[in-house]
Amino acid sequence: MTEYEVAIGLEIHVQLQTESKMFCGCSTRFGAPPNTQTCPTCLGLPGALPVINRKAVDLGLRTALALHCTVHPKSQFHRKNYYYPDLPKNYQISQYQYLDHPPLATDGYLEIEVEGTLRRVGIRRVHLEEDTGRLLHPEGADYTLVDYNRSGVPLMEIVTDPDLRSPQEARAFLLKLRQILQYAEVSSGRMEEGTLRCDANVSLRRPGEPLGTRTEVKNMNSIRAVERALQYEIERQRALLQRGEAVIQETRHWDERSGVTFASRTKEEAEDYRYFPEPDLVPLEITPAWIDRVRAELPELPDARRDRLMRVYGFGRYEAEILTATRFQADFFEEAVRLHPSPRAIANWLVGDVAGYLNEHNLELEDLPITPLHLAELVRLIEEGVISGRIAKDILPEVLGTGRRPSEVVRERGLLQISDEEALREVVRAVLAEHPEPVQDFRKGKERAIGFLVGQVMKRTGGRANPALVNRLLREELERLPA
Amino acid sequence: MELLNLPYHAVRPHLGRDLSVEELVETYLERIRRTDEVVRAYLTVTADLARAQARRWDARIRRGEELPPLVGFPVALKDNLCTRGVRTTCGSRILENFVPPYDATAVRRLVEAGAVVLGKTNLDEFAMGSSTEHSAFFPTRNPWNPEYVPGGSSGGSAAAVAVRSALGALGSDTGGSIRLPAALCGVVGLKPTYGRVSRYGLVAYASSLDQIGPIARDVRDCALLLQAISGKDPMDSTSVEVPVPDYASSLRPEVRGLRIGLPREAFGEGLHPAVQEAVLRAVRVLEREGAEVEEVRLPTLEYALPAYYLIACAEVSSNLARYDGVAYGYRSPRAGDLYTLYARTRAEGFGPEAKRRIMLGTFALSAGYYEGFYRKAQQVRTLVRRDFERCFERVDLLATPVCPTPGFRMGERLEDPLQMYLVDIYTLPVNLAGLPAISIPCGFWEGLPLGLQLIGRPFDEGTVLRAAYTYEQATGGSPKAPPLVEGAR
Repeated sequence: MTEYEVAIGLEIHVQLQTESKMFCGCSTRFGAPPNTQTCPTCLGLPGALPVINRKAVDLGLRTALALHCTVHPKSQFHRKNYYYPDLPKNYQISQYQYLDHPPLATDGYLEIEVEGTLRRVGIRRVHLEEDTGRLLHPEGADYTLVDYNRSGVPLMEIVTDPDLRSPQEARAFLLKLRQILQYAEVSSGRMEEGTLRCDANVSLRRPGEPLGTRTEVKNMNSIRAVERALQYEIERQRALLQRGEAVIQETRHWDERSGVTFASRTKEEAEDYRYFPEPDLVPLEITPAWIDRVRAELPELPDARRDRLMRVYGFGRYEAEILTATRFQADFFEEAVRLHPSPRAIANWLVGDVAGYLNEHNLELEDLPITPLHLAELVRLIEEGVISGRIAKDILPEVLGTGRRPSEVVRERGLLQISDEEALREVVRAVLAEHPEPVQDFRKGKERAIGFLVGQVMKRTGGRANPALVNRLLREELERLPA
Repeated sequence: MELLNLPYHAVRPHLGRDLSVEELVETYLERIRRTDEVVRAYLTVTADLARAQARRWDARIRRGEELPPLVGFPVALKDNLCTRGVRTTCGSRILENFVPPYDATAVRRLVEAGAVVLGKTNLDEFAMGSSTEHSAFFPTRNPWNPEYVPGGSSGGSAAAVAVRSALGALGSDTGGSIRLPAALCGVVGLKPTYGRVSRYGLVAYASSLDQIGPIARDVRDCALLLQAISGKDPMDSTSVEVPVPDYASSLRPEVRGLRIGLPREAFGEGLHPAVQEAVLRAVRVLEREGAEVEEVRLPTLEYALPAYYLIACAEVSSNLARYDGVAYGYRSPRAGDLYTLYARTRAEGFGPEAKRRIMLGTFALSAGYYEGFYRKAQQVRTLVRRDFERCFERVDLLATPVCPTPGFRMGERLEDPLQMYLVDIYTLPVNLAGLPAISIPCGFWEGLPLGLQLIGRPFDEGTVLRAAYTYEQATGGSPKAPPLVEGAR
């Protein structure tokens, strides 16, 4: 069997977190009623003109800096000409690569870690452009509606070199890139919501040979889908090549449900977009002072954050990495610690039970109705002996599910910890009386038997007994029992 | 007729004394009724709007409020300038019923300066043409001889100003569309420096060449209108932050020491002897007034026309792509699927000249042709600009004809696009270089007006206007009115 080397390049579109659109003042807020966030410019009305959103350029520059790119002092916008009803001007203002008209930034890299080895992935270009409107197909209707609220929303395109060698590497790259975009406050980076979109070019070759014929895979709506689609597409190409057939250069759509890619364009020739410099915009001049300002304003990036957490709180690299996996989680953690300075306990809850809950319900931390205060309070209640860890675990789902404060849930459910020594001593005596065998075992030196007895006390008190107190009382009572 | 013949700066002192804005506006509306059946300068007359604006100004005059510089100035607007609530057709079926929800910046500034809008004037479809015969609705006629074209594409605006159915007007100039009709109609027209006037709300023909400018009875009115519309606009990134001087108040008949260049290439083959004679005579007038005249060279002039048509058409092919029948404008009733919606809407909505240029431009930008056509044309454009720069190292102004021939008859060049394109040979290089230039009347040939073009340095409209004013004063003041005035009071 022939060994093939895989070459994957990604084309990533990122919706930028700006208040207003790329070339007009309209709001970018998501979810507004159709066509309420539009103006002559983003509707492509006759005579309307674009004006570059400086904030979008800032975010593009942040990304360029984070990806170690060369920022071009003078970059140019171009028109990409094609007809489609979601594109009101029938051209998209984008940036194309001509030698004399470069895009915002080129020639960067991003380092990813896959199975313990560091890989450097080349970033070919970072450029700015505008999003299209959205087509709506009402059920059963024989017409299509267009919502132009998204028309003109700022997009950034990031193109990698074909440096990725496996679907796993593509996944690692996307995770890392998303993390950077979130930390840099460039984008929410959610593929499921379309604020991050990814197309993949994939080809196979025998080692040492030039790149093989590639296909472009589209329509992947999660990082997991990218990984799956690439796995499928690589196997498809491998099978073709092994049968001695040729890979056809084409665009293929990923079908999430059936788990296959299928050719989506019958046209063989590449579409001719007739790019030319956008005459309605003057070249974008990026002065060194502009770059310096953006660099100074650049928020702390993931690696720096991880290192700081290791330094300040004494976490190991692995723990710190998990805590800083998303900007939201790292912020959440640090805010909780600020409210209740028990970093270790808070971290344990966050990456333990909270993460478990999220996994189980297929949610993200940002989806929960809780604030860092909830977690800080939970840990404080345990540490102050108000509730036991066991009770804390019990009430966690309710807190996470409803957003109610832990203290409120505890009070309402009557779960305050029993620390009344006399009351507990009664329970302990009763348990010992009922379970002579473990008592015997304990006397024979079986320390483990005490665990069973503690459990019984907990059972009787509905878990509300103060565990440390129970332990002491059990030992005292065992001592007292006649031999 | 007396009132109709006065330029605005001569009318202004009467306003609030023996003349109300409403009377002035009614006089012009009446004049439109009397002349437009023949001349057909207007696509839309906004009589109610004009009357309402006039009454508002009269009220402010009565209350003794401070008044803006152009108070009560009755103007016509080329119908490719967006006017809120007033249909803006661009002379095209495809926008026949398009009513913009906003005003072009130049229109807004003009109205804020006190102008009263009489209506929207005819043009070649999307300003593409040199005769106003390419309007989808009807051709406009030359007030000096209705058998002749008024020039284009701002033919409606120039004809209206000439025939006294507007006191002043705005046009747009991409390759000569203000200067040519101004010359052929015997009025003053100025194309400002690229970036001097905001293009926001000007329906684009060729974005890198388009510029809005004034058409007026005389140079002083022209300066007043230019003053009102000039200046940086945050809505147009290509408008430039250069201070706007007080053009009108610095006008004086003074050209002593001014150096005027005559490009040898502009006085060669293809130039009608009557035009050459009139232009050289006009230059001699300026020389007598103290200007120094010398010959200069514009060696790339002959390449300007092909470069212009490649660049302009490339931009057109993209600028006009938005007229697709989806969100506004004409939609073919025979549209079925998406493809036929596009194809039929555009086939039925655009006229032959628009289609010709869209196809030419699409071709010039296509893969494999971009380098040879579009990029090459941009390189020529750079050379043309450098030619002009070299000239302006030696001289302050260039003088050329506006059009190589006197006016031409209706239909004469309609079937021969190349002959039509050639009438812009002296004007379009100026757009390629982004320079300011004025067209002023400089005589007649067989009853048809002829035009002198004065070209200036970037943002030096002041010098252009001063030289034009000097010529105008030396030759007897405001240009004369066309004979088509019978029936006027």
